[in-house]
Amino acid sequence: MTNPGLLAVYPDSPSVDLARTLDLSGYVWKGVASPDSLAKLAPTEGWSGAVVACDDDPEGGWSMCRALRRLERPVRRVLVLVTGAQIADLEVRDNLFEDFQLTPFHPRELEARLRHLFYNELVVPSSSVVEHAGLRLNLETYQATFGGRPLDLTYMEYELLKFFVQNPGRVYSREVILSEVWGYEYFGGARTVDVHVRRLRAKLGEEHAHLIETVRSVGYRFGASKWTG
Amino acid sequence: MPGMHEAQRDYVLRTVEERGIRLVRLWFTDVLGNLKSFAISPAELENALNDGMSFDGSSIDGYGRVQEADVLALPDPNTFEVLPWVDSKSAEARVFCDIAQLDGTPFDGDPRQVLRRNLATAREHGYIFYVAPDVEYFYFAPPDGTKPRPLDEGGFFDLTTTDIASSLRKETIRTLETMSIPVEYSFHEDSPSQHEIDLRHTDALTMADSVMTFRFVVKEIAAMRNVHATFMPKPLEGVQGSGMHLHLSLFAGDNNAFHSDDDPYNLSDVAKSFMAGLLRHAAEITAVTNQTVNSYKRLVPGFEAPVHVSWARNNRSGLIRVPVPKRGSELATRIELRSPDPACNPYLAFSVILAAGLRGVEEGYELPAEADANLFEMGDAALSKLGIDQLPQSLNDALRVMESSQLVAEALGEHIFEWFLRNKRAEWRRYKTHVSQFELDTYLRSL
Repeated sequence: MTNPGLLAVYPDSPSVDLARTLDLSGYVWKGVASPDSLAKLAPTEGWSGAVVACDDDPEGGWSMCRALRRLERPVRRVLVLVTGAQIADLEVRDNLFEDFQLTPFHPRELEARLRHLFYNELVVPSSSVVEHAGLRLNLETYQATFGGRPLDLTYMEYELLKFFVQNPGRVYSREVILSEVWGYEYFGGARTVDVHVRRLRAKLGEEHAHLIETVRSVGYRFGASKWTG
Repeated sequence: MPGMHEAQRDYVLRTVEERGIRLVRLWFTDVLGNLKSFAISPAELENALNDGMSFDGSSIDGYGRVQEADVLALPDPNTFEVLPWVDSKSAEARVFCDIAQLDGTPFDGDPRQVLRRNLATAREHGYIFYVAPDVEYFYFAPPDGTKPRPLDEGGFFDLTTTDIASSLRKETIRTLETMSIPVEYSFHEDSPSQHEIDLRHTDALTMADSVMTFRFVVKEIAAMRNVHATFMPKPLEGVQGSGMHLHLSLFAGDNNAFHSDDDPYNLSDVAKSFMAGLLRHAAEITAVTNQTVNSYKRLVPGFEAPVHVSWARNNRSGLIRVPVPKRGSELATRIELRSPDPACNPYLAFSVILAAGLRGVEEGYELPAEADANLFEMGDAALSKLGIDQLPQSLNDALRVMESSQLVAEALGEHIFEWFLRNKRAEWRRYKTHVSQFELDTYLRSL
């Protein structure tokens, strides 16, 4: 195996099984205690990948995943460890990881998954432009246009719209949107989502406000339902 | 959340670059509620976002200190907006700032920091404070120094004035919506040239920023058409003045802490003791919610403005009204405080209102009985029998009550409390030596 480079591993003292599997498979890794130290500990060429245990501490794990994506050099090879009971949580976090491993795991399986994760030097980079129904977001420049016309958005409006455009056609509850866009630590409550949806609708204009649909007593859906549309 | 601040900063810097922003206006507020601003170039922005921009605060009302005049403006990247009325060739943006001392600690003369501190207290109790204001204001012909000239009186414009006022209002709403300030309703009010725009609820800090932006936008859009918009509380004798009724609620997480299914009015115990707090401390906070000499010309009987310290479900003469939620939705359960006027400093007004209400919640104040009779028609004797007081009758009265209020001193902090009292007493003295022209000279242009 050619050494792919330094892996970030969360938590900083991972389970014995995980540490042993990584060591025996020949990976070079460093434990990272919190998202804050992620940038500090990164080698100059950036992290080549990450293994994040979400099974014991889902909150810490997922916020680590988000932090990995937000780095100046976003980490694009992320494997998460989850329990069987957490499979439902994966659905709304598809954007945060490349592969997952159920725990407890068989070392051979994890090894195979890691090998596959690093198989190709070039993981297809997720496009920096996302589009939906005339809306175009350039994720690199943070610019949003609608029908070619620039949209002036605050940062949180932009992040919310990005979430919607990247996850069209599905209904998300306010709670899920809040934790995905604002993060668990945010105190404002799910009401914040309503406030920002109302603002986004206003900026999209009356005739396009329906792009973000309120699904009664559930939450919001961006664009047509993937079942009916 | 980790990295959030950095991501926000990047967002602002990239947007400035991509949109060709030439000037970034740093907005903040003096103690009296006037919007202050200085502009920096995009090149200075990164520094400003990292370390703040220092400036001499001694020329700002209420910022002056004995030892050190310099303070630091720290842009709040979450409030960054491109200004929609500036054409794209010379694009400009604005960002609200918190003011800090040079060592980075919050500056106690900054109203935005005062509100932050009060909201943090609410948060320690587990509450988020939501506010939705109904703002009234007048459109006049440009002041000529003597009398306000309502547009509706005709003669000034060739077009029918209704068209002008409603197109101004429409343009204003469009601009507000592009600046992240959604509008709930708007309409022509009862008085000549008077209009009302109701903003949709947000958390109190966002709303205080929004009220500042709102006043600026209303005036700016009007000025482009050579019309003067004013938030002066009572510009015309004999007709209704301009209020800023505030719809208030506390949320605990995702639940409306003001709502209860078990109460006939759907009011929870928290709502009731919050109301009791507002009623008991009403006189103490009035100087802040109604801070001008002219404010008290509005708080008189006969014009749908509150005069008495009372509450009712459907009595617009009381201080607090309990509106019927539109859709029977528990999120919409709220109370409406009817005394504030749009010339207040929203940061300070929201601070003292929250402090008064929270005191009621903390101490479990008992809500007095509802006053559903029309209080305006009752004599003083009958009222005092009901234990119903009047709101302060003048700025002077209000200041007297305020100066002995521990609650207001704590909510505002000593620096602003002292400065405000000094400044407002001086205003009262000036007023006392003048006749009524005083009000026009002082407020017609500035409010």
